[in-house]
Amino acid sequence: MKTLFDKVWDSHVVDSVTDGPQVLYIDTHLIHEVTSPQAFQELEERAIPIFRPDQIFATADHNTPTLNQHLPVEDPLSRKQLQQLSENCEKHGISLFELGHMNNGIVHVMAPEQGITQPGKTMVCGDSHTSTHGAFGAIAFGIGTSQVAQVFASQCLLLTKPKSMRVTVNGDLAPGVLPKDVILYIISQIGTNAGTGYFCEYAGDVFEKMSMEGRMTVCNMSIEMGARGGMIAPDQTTFDYMQGRPYAPKGEEWEAKLAYWKSLPTDSGASFDKEFHFDAADIKPMITYGTNPGMGMGLGELIPNSDDASFKKSLDYMGLEAGSNLMEMPINFVFIGSCTNSRIEDFRVAADYIKGKRKADNVTAWLVPGSKQVESQIDREGLRDIFTEAGFEIRQPGCSACLAMNDDKIPQGEYCVSTSNRNFEGRQGQGARTILASPLVAAATAIEGKIVDVSKQLN
Amino acid sequence: MEKFDRLISRAVPLAVDNVDTDQIIPARFLKATDKKGFGDNVFRDWRYDGEDQPIPGFPLNDSTYDGQILVAGDNFGCGSSREHAAWALVGYGFKVVISSYFADIFKGNSLNNGLLPIQVSPEFLERLFDAVKQDPSTQLVVDLEKQLLRTEDKTLQINFEIDPYKKMCLINGYDDIDFLISKKDKIEAFETKKY
Repeated sequence: MKTLFDKVWDSHVVDSVTDGPQVLYIDTHLIHEVTSPQAFQELEERAIPIFRPDQIFATADHNTPTLNQHLPVEDPLSRKQLQQLSENCEKHGISLFELGHMNNGIVHVMAPEQGITQPGKTMVCGDSHTSTHGAFGAIAFGIGTSQVAQVFASQCLLLTKPKSMRVTVNGDLAPGVLPKDVILYIISQIGTNAGTGYFCEYAGDVFEKMSMEGRMTVCNMSIEMGARGGMIAPDQTTFDYMQGRPYAPKGEEWEAKLAYWKSLPTDSGASFDKEFHFDAADIKPMITYGTNPGMGMGLGELIPNSDDASFKKSLDYMGLEAGSNLMEMPINFVFIGSCTNSRIEDFRVAADYIKGKRKADNVTAWLVPGSKQVESQIDREGLRDIFTEAGFEIRQPGCSACLAMNDDKIPQGEYCVSTSNRNFEGRQGQGARTILASPLVAAATAIEGKIVDVSKQLN
Repeated sequence: MEKFDRLISRAVPLAVDNVDTDQIIPARFLKATDKKGFGDNVFRDWRYDGEDQPIPGFPLNDSTYDGQILVAGDNFGCGSSREHAAWALVGYGFKVVISSYFADIFKGNSLNNGLLPIQVSPEFLERLFDAVKQDPSTQLVVDLEKQLLRTEDKTLQINFEIDPYKKMCLINGYDDIDFLISKKDKIEAFETKKY
């Protein structure tokens, strides 16, 4: 009796070191401009060739501008990193979706939409949100640059098998409660290090009924509770999403893979090292009030009190007080984007709410699609007009204000309601204060110019 | 990678929980394409204000403290996978980080760069903070071979866990690449069978 995680992991073990780690085979290696240059350099210095270049896919995302992408990148350091990625990929025969390419986008948005992400695969990337791809029933996790070099050299990693945990959420979600709220709720309940040393499987009605986009949002934030990755068993929703995508198997190969994928879900009776259970009815639309994603609460709830020095430091940075509820709090910046919430479904939810309304005058609202493909979907579905008429600014794809490596920065001291994954100090710019939320809460904030309880509006 | 065997040093206390790698090295410094120079910007926004003036009271700006050992709060190194965080700590001169909990990727990145993460119990960590704060000249002894961390006067001591393979790598200054390449035959054989 095996778990989904066991099945995928065990089938990829090439060798084991006695009393030590295992050699795990990696099917797909995703790279981007920020965490790969030193790995290419390492190989070059040691005269080691890239072992399996055809199993590597590259994209430019962290440093890319979201305006005027047809022009040369202004920032010289960013331009150098992007150029280096292009040169390295060219030199080593690696597929690259560079800036301007029709498949360009955030690595965790691009790979699933191209069909590169598949159930049963092992996937890595020098980015902690690689856990996103677990939505398909893949073992996907973030690695450091030394490990990027190891995968370049051998298509393998030396790893100790993590322990397993399962988070089960059963029941029906209330109107206005989105996948982002589900994962923010889970992290607020179990804490930011509950998953450290574990790989997490999400199970139960809520995830079974969720779209692939929603599952990606949930798995994406697994790292925010410390887990190496999160997974959801592949099912018909997964297969329907994948079929016909450019890199997905076709014809007979599709049939063969499908049979394999259907064998992956956790056997009934398989055991986990740690389990958590939640009731969907307890989950409200969420916001965060602190400087880690575990510091979250339902809309309208009160910021808790604590004597802990780190907790106080966090509230101090945010300029917030224990006991307050943040409702009606004025907000000048809204960001809808990032590998957590920049897929078409996120923009549909936002557009649905925004349609026929106008954003508040005090708000600067950036909408940043996760990829060129999402950008063109926004156009095809007529969402651009809705956003533009409401005063929102649709930018070009990239990581953007999620980590503010490009020009999209929130000013010192300002609050931003953001659909991204991290509310760390300075994450969206030096001194910026991030409040994490779903695309619905972010859209409502932009319209009202302040945080409002969307669940009251919907009811 | 530099070899690690034994270290005797004073320590710098950073009693903050959940220190994420964005704080260890903010994103705007990740544009470099080599591993050098990150030490100058370690904890940049906690060390310096908007005018690049040192922020008083931050332990790295406090001449009371010194040494190659960072004693940090719970859940150190969470967040981004950026190995730049380990490069920054090593670049600044740290060889050991002590905490009651390390995030997985940070721990791996540290071990791959000769920075030893030592996990201790929350109670021991509290006592260590107290000892270093009461007497900043306290010398800590780290003996990797014996997996032992103690104060030089032995009033505090604890054995720590480390994966035996990783211990061997640190002591010998090895990294994983050579080991993995030595497995190439097995890897190629694995590729032919697949699943």
